[in-house]
Amino acid sequence: MEIYLDNSATTRCYKEVGELVYKVMCEDFGNPSSMHLKGVEAEHYIREAKETLAKIMKVNAKEILFTSGGTESDNMALIGCARANKRKGKHLITTSIEHSAVLNTMKYLEEEEGFEVTYLPVDKTGRIRMDDLKNALRPDTILVSIMYVNNEMGAVQPIEEASKIIKAYDSSILLHVDAVQGFGKYHIYPKRQGIDLMSVSGHKLHGPKGTGFLYINEKVKIKPIIFGGGQQRDLRSGTENTPGDAGIALAAKMTYDHLDEKIAKMRELKTYFIEGLLKIDNVVIHGLTDENSAPHIISAGFAGVRSEVLLHTLEEKQIYVSAGSACSSNHPAVSGTLREIGTPSEYLKSTIRFSMSEFTTKEEIDYTLDTLYNCIPMLRKFTRH
Amino acid sequence: MKIHSFLIKYGEIGLKGKNRYLFEDALVRQIRFALKDVDGEFDVHKASGRVYVDCTSEYDYDETVESLQRVFGIVGICPVVRVEDQGFEKLCEEVVSYMKEKYPEGNQTFKVEARRSKKSYPLNSMELNCELGGVILDAFPNMKVDVHHPQIKLNVEVREEIYLYSEIIPGPGGMPVGTNGKAELLLSGGIDSPVAGYMIAKRGVTLHATYFHAPPYTSERAKQKVVDLARILSRYTGPIQLHIVNFTDIQLYIYEKCPHDELTIIMRRYMMKIAEYFAKENGCLGLITGESIGQVASQTMQSLAVTNAVCTLPVYRPLIGMDKREIVDISEKIDTYETSILPFEDCCTIFVAKHPVTKPNLERIEISERNLSEKIDELMKTAIETAEVIKVK
Repeated sequence: MEIYLDNSATTRCYKEVGELVYKVMCEDFGNPSSMHLKGVEAEHYIREAKETLAKIMKVNAKEILFTSGGTESDNMALIGCARANKRKGKHLITTSIEHSAVLNTMKYLEEEEGFEVTYLPVDKTGRIRMDDLKNALRPDTILVSIMYVNNEMGAVQPIEEASKIIKAYDSSILLHVDAVQGFGKYHIYPKRQGIDLMSVSGHKLHGPKGTGFLYINEKVKIKPIIFGGGQQRDLRSGTENTPGDAGIALAAKMTYDHLDEKIAKMRELKTYFIEGLLKIDNVVIHGLTDENSAPHIISAGFAGVRSEVLLHTLEEKQIYVSAGSACSSNHPAVSGTLREIGTPSEYLKSTIRFSMSEFTTKEEIDYTLDTLYNCIPMLRKFTRH
Repeated sequence: MKIHSFLIKYGEIGLKGKNRYLFEDALVRQIRFALKDVDGEFDVHKASGRVYVDCTSEYDYDETVESLQRVFGIVGICPVVRVEDQGFEKLCEEVVSYMKEKYPEGNQTFKVEARRSKKSYPLNSMELNCELGGVILDAFPNMKVDVHHPQIKLNVEVREEIYLYSEIIPGPGGMPVGTNGKAELLLSGGIDSPVAGYMIAKRGVTLHATYFHAPPYTSERAKQKVVDLARILSRYTGPIQLHIVNFTDIQLYIYEKCPHDELTIIMRRYMMKIAEYFAKENGCLGLITGESIGQVASQTMQSLAVTNAVCTLPVYRPLIGMDKREIVDISEKIDTYETSILPFEDCCTIFVAKHPVTKPNLERIEISERNLSEKIDELMKTAIETAEVIKVK
């Protein structure tokens, strides 16, 4: 039995999505910019994809910009808006626990383009405090970027509340939301929630890798960061990824089909899993575990067991999880989010992230718990002094 | 300019006596292996005390030269233009056109060095030197003859065809792999051991290698990294037989039974024993390690002596007197550095004590090892039997 509990890193592509991608790639392969029938046919896929996504979010189809994924969407939102609005001011606000796609882009804007960035701290549940946000806002603030769901421990940010505070201070300040971990788990309606820009990645919702989009409210002033043939209304040049665009739209549609039921099931499993985990001595669950946390992410610290070692032990049983955050395997440093929420040092290097999908079953959770019950005492016997 | 052949110069092989042919045959074999994956077809052969690589189809020049530069035993690679023997006048034209294309500036000093293996050729070597020198001087008013220190030495070899060459691209030197027996390299994922393997292989030694991994403490990626390192090495050494030993149980047993500050040194003694087992099983005549004196606690003179004491085969340590910087330089040159510095934990560091012994005493270590007597033989046996063998090429 292969148990995949690393769905925040990536997910298995829906079979139907794979088949659609194949069809668009190999049969309806035209370039949407071509004037002939093949081009029109391809363009049709893109229009339909945008309409599907627009309907899910209750926005206009023209407010969707296809990208190569979450990272590009974040780059586009931050750099594109910072440059387009720099005459109004050069101050940006974000949180200290963003994904590196946001943090490193902010760093770039600070170091190379003269912007000033305020990083909001988070409380021990991983959420920003509204007072900190209020205090950070300035007359020259042009953009605030807050993630929807934290990728490392599943904290959910109070986006609507934050938006109200921002817009009350100055309605022209833009709110960007990195919803890579939130889209497909929550019903998100940007216009109603006061979100101006929102990043989404396809492969986190059973879609193809290399796909994503950025929702851009039509009133937002933004500049392109990629130049060329002027595709996508001059905002993102480059021949459209027609198979991918069709793929992410179908994946989103399938994800949102019966979403509430799927989420209820995930939440039930999460509660069950946490109860089981807490039967082991010296285990902590980071952040909240109730309705206010993401339904699919469980971040657990096992005192005295190095996360890498536990990860490989589980791997031997074909259980696949992440240590801290999947992205950190390129830079095995201590997780940023965990440190920011004040995690005690013994848990910093001993945390595992389990992340579920709609396909996760109770049997899989039981098997994982049994495996942990067996291996944790063994691993604790042998530790580095 | 179209290069039709490469003349391979070899140094030390030439000094060998009656078994010289063995070295030449090994060189030919290694060259063939090195050119296996290069675009193009080649005929590698010996002819009158030389090794030639004839290019028998279209080929990729840069790739060919790079591959030849990795063959131990080669001191120089000379790109040769072959011309048909259609009389002396025609030869003069060919020589001038060769010089024009190769040295368009036309302002160097030069010397012609002719050799005749086809003795029926109407001019002898001396005459060829003079005549061709004259022809070149006529064609290039700014060139001068310098017989002692010429900038260009134009070689003209008269065989069935006539070979023209003037450039010598340096090779790696050393001796062809396969001419000096086999040895077992203790290969970790670090910077040093691949360099050590490279240096011994350069003396003509065929490599076998042993890697110790410790799942779940070390990852699949750490193992892949070692396989990748072996693959890079094999571009110089030819195929390497890699033994991958699961060391976890032995390591945990030592951890349980012995003083913690002696863990590393005892562990290394068992690694040497296992590597030596594979060495003997495969007819290797020695072990190779990347140790250098004083680099870490387990590489002090005392530690080396204690580690060495378990071996009956000689242990070759080609880096013993080198500084880290010098080792890094070689690893960069042979292209293992980038892979070596990938940050995966190897089994030497996972349980390492904060203050390991730096001056271990053999007697004391042997006393500590008595605590292992109950299970260690069995664990060693299992580790050896379950080792995975990969032929890396």
